[in-house]
Amino acid sequence: MNEGLADKLYLLKYNIDDESHLVLKNPERCKKCESRECIYRCPAEVYSWEGDHLQIAFENCVECGVCKIVCPDCNIDWRYPRGGFGVFFKYG
Amino acid sequence: MASEQPFTAQADKLDRLEFDVVIVGGGCAGLAAATVCARAGLRPIVLERGRPGNKNVMGGVLYTRPTAEVFGEFWREAPVERSVIEQSLWVLTEDSALKIGYRSKAFAEGTPNAFTVLRARIDAWFAGQAAAAGALVVPNTKVEEVLRDGERVIGVRTSRPDGDVYAPVTIICEGVNPQLTQQLGMQGEIEPRDMSSVTKEVIALPPEVIQDRFHLAQDEGATIELFGDSSARLLGLAWIYTNRDTISIGVGVSLNDYVKTQVTPHDMLQRLKAHPMVEALVDGGEVREYSSHMIPEGGWNKLPQLYGDGVMVCGDAAMLVNAVHREGSNHAIWSGKLAAETAVLAHERGDFSRRTLANYWHRLYREVPTIRDLRKYRYAMTYPEKHRAVLGAYPDLASYAAREMLTVDGVTKREKEWRILRQALRARSVFGMAYDAIEALRLI
Repeated sequence: MNEGLADKLYLLKYNIDDESHLVLKNPERCKKCESRECIYRCPAEVYSWEGDHLQIAFENCVECGVCKIVCPDCNIDWRYPRGGFGVFFKYG
Repeated sequence: MASEQPFTAQADKLDRLEFDVVIVGGGCAGLAAATVCARAGLRPIVLERGRPGNKNVMGGVLYTRPTAEVFGEFWREAPVERSVIEQSLWVLTEDSALKIGYRSKAFAEGTPNAFTVLRARIDAWFAGQAAAAGALVVPNTKVEEVLRDGERVIGVRTSRPDGDVYAPVTIICEGVNPQLTQQLGMQGEIEPRDMSSVTKEVIALPPEVIQDRFHLAQDEGATIELFGDSSARLLGLAWIYTNRDTISIGVGVSLNDYVKTQVTPHDMLQRLKAHPMVEALVDGGEVREYSSHMIPEGGWNKLPQLYGDGVMVCGDAAMLVNAVHREGSNHAIWSGKLAAETAVLAHERGDFSRRTLANYWHRLYREVPTIRDLRKYRYAMTYPEKHRAVLGAYPDLASYAAREMLTVDGVTKREKEWRILRQALRARSVFGMAYDAIEALRLI
């Protein structure tokens, strides 16, 4: 069984937009965040801490909406990708 | 193929358009609403940000009766997976499972009770039904905002250039992330306690292997809900459902509980699949799809305003989910149907104000018994928060009791009962257990 998350995301069909649909309202505020819930709660490892900033791999997003709700600072300007973009499930 | 629906040529040339009803979202609720509107002679437009089904995720069990109210004997031609004849609940500890189940072939006779489904397939079929009835189903079109004239909703703004669509009544079936409903002020802030985060996999296995492992005949299906160690003792529920040649396995955990841990949703699913009882069922299978979605579990106390001037809200966007009994798609279809019938009434009266649209909610509450269940269960989700033993000590105790009583080791049954009682008192005080029990009875 292919068990790595990266392998599983690779199985998904995406139509990736040029620009991220996930935007931080104020990236500076993330530097003071202690819990970094977005990193742990995202089922697709969209969020990671790279040196001094929060990196957003929006192309992995499976569009669940968890990050918006768990962000203690409500700092994620969450929206779905544009029409026709994002993940396309074959089974669902 | 059911998924290759012939969307009309207009779809890619959206201009300033007027319809009788605008429906946001092509899931269970939206497509039911569209089908009912179109059959009544209205011209509905469904705006779907993906293609119908491709953005939707569900466990999933689809109950037949509510679905049949809109789509007739759909199971004869729709891409359903298996007819559910056995439903079980497993209370898991680290190495054991206490199993309670019910199996009857009668579930599959006449009008079958429920089917396992895969949403990408079944929603595409629903979309085909809506289109055949005369609804315009427009894919790849996202609704950015609701258009208003004062308090009255008059249509929506889509992501397409010049893509405003107008109608005297808008039915919002936008799903679990209620962006538009919130924009209209009909729903407040969604908090972690209102949502469950689900991770799910579809695992391929030959049909004969599935039938063998779950003791099923062809077309028969089984469902297992798991509780306890399956969600690492967090407030949640896991499940294993049999499809035709795949197994759906998933685990949902309240976000409020998730945030207390550093377990990721993917780890939670891996952990579940590694449990010895679970591994035996999925062993040798190949992961076909990994997905994630939220389940709205705010319940009765978190229902949004379901109607306003020129607008109604249905399905997950309206939080119409009974988390305890895994009912959601049935409410989505029912609410979509009743919203559509209310839209028809509004057109007959020529009145699209909240006064007429209130009929939607009144009928939903009066005519759909499972909606009234939401009220009955309004404290169900806070119960395990206050009574953690339900997730922690009690599954262990149940396992201990079952093992003691089933082990023949030269100890009398009376002594075994004393052992179990002593074990129970070590885990929880008499008052604690009484409190848990009384509060549990008050839930019912």
